Amino acid sequence: MIVAERKPIKEIISMISGLRKILVLGCKGCVTVCSAGGEREVEILAAIIRMDRKKKGEPVEVVERTLVRQCDPEYLDLLSDTIGQFDAVLSMACGVGVNFLADRYPKTVVLPALNTKFYGVAEEQGVWSERCAGCGDCILDRTGGLCPVARCSKGLFNGPCGGSVNGKCEINPDIPCVWQLIYDRLKDLNQLDKLDEILPAKDWGVSPHGGPRKIVREDLKI
Amino acid sequence: MSSAFKPEVTAFCCRYAVYSFAEDMEALARAGFPDGVKVEQISCSGRVDVVRLLKALENGADGVYVVGCEEEKCHNMAGSQRAKKRVEYIKDVLSQLGMEPERVEMFFMPRGDEARFIEMAREMTGKVMALGPSPLRGR
Repeated sequence: MIVAERKPIKEIISMISGLRKILVLGCKGCVTVCSAGGEREVEILAAIIRMDRKKKGEPVEVVERTLVRQCDPEYLDLLSDTIGQFDAVLSMACGVGVNFLADRYPKTVVLPALNTKFYGVAEEQGVWSERCAGCGDCILDRTGGLCPVARCSKGLFNGPCGGSVNGKCEINPDIPCVWQLIYDRLKDLNQLDKLDEILPAKDWGVSPHGGPRKIVREDLKI
Repeated sequence: MSSAFKPEVTAFCCRYAVYSFAEDMEALARAGFPDGVKVEQISCSGRVDVVRLLKALENGADGVYVVGCEEEKCHNMAGSQRAKKRVEYIKDVLSQLGMEPERVEMFFMPRGDEARFIEMAREMTGKVMALGPSPLRGR
């Protein structure tokens, strides 16, 4: 899932300064699962905004709503009748949802309430970590399913650097060295021979470095 | 601060910890439980969520506190530990809003300890008295 976390309250308060009518818009997708921007978080943020304005003696009307997703047009279209009445929409979706809202509603001020962090997993309740960098050309068949693009601090492709110590990364000793993990896993799978093959230089043109990406599936288009 | 200030405090209390004495608020008052503390019993302190605490403050409570079982002896295993984390969350919110984090507190008590329950209410009321009215009160 896409993992995000709420921006600091002061930053949110600052970006909505002076606005009188705000739609706090949650998303029932990834940000609900990672407890950053679902129905519950919308309710919390709306209460915080009202408290701030009460304290300052400044009026505000905060409307709370949560869509099934903010990354599909059919759900954003549900806002078309009412979105014009708001001074701004404070989106609690990931950056994708914020962008799509801005694309769909060019005359509406759209603001992000979250910082979108990474594609990751829930290691345990309250702990998320990165697993995929969306590089556009997956090599996980070569690395035992463990990604050196997302999980090696240096993005190395052919084994660990000299900073791998006792299975930990020199950049941050809390981070396991993914190349140690890859080695251990391939050994367990009796596939160490995969490491004999040198991975060639990667084509980063299909990653975000190559510009915004797009997929068109003619078989699905109507 | 006005000397006429009478703190309004809401206490969210684990029913399991307080049911033996908190049903009879008049008797509790006679035993010294302070005026102005509204007791809301909940099935477990772990049931109190962030929104409920925020709304009590938003609606003008000068102070809010949660009473749960002793941390390591919670009737529902980790309920009071969960409540403690939510209280810490609210403290952080209050700080970021420029309000006193002491307006919300977490207390733990042995089941049925009426004297401690009264002591906690007095402690919280005294703390809120010193802080003065909530800046959200009456707005």
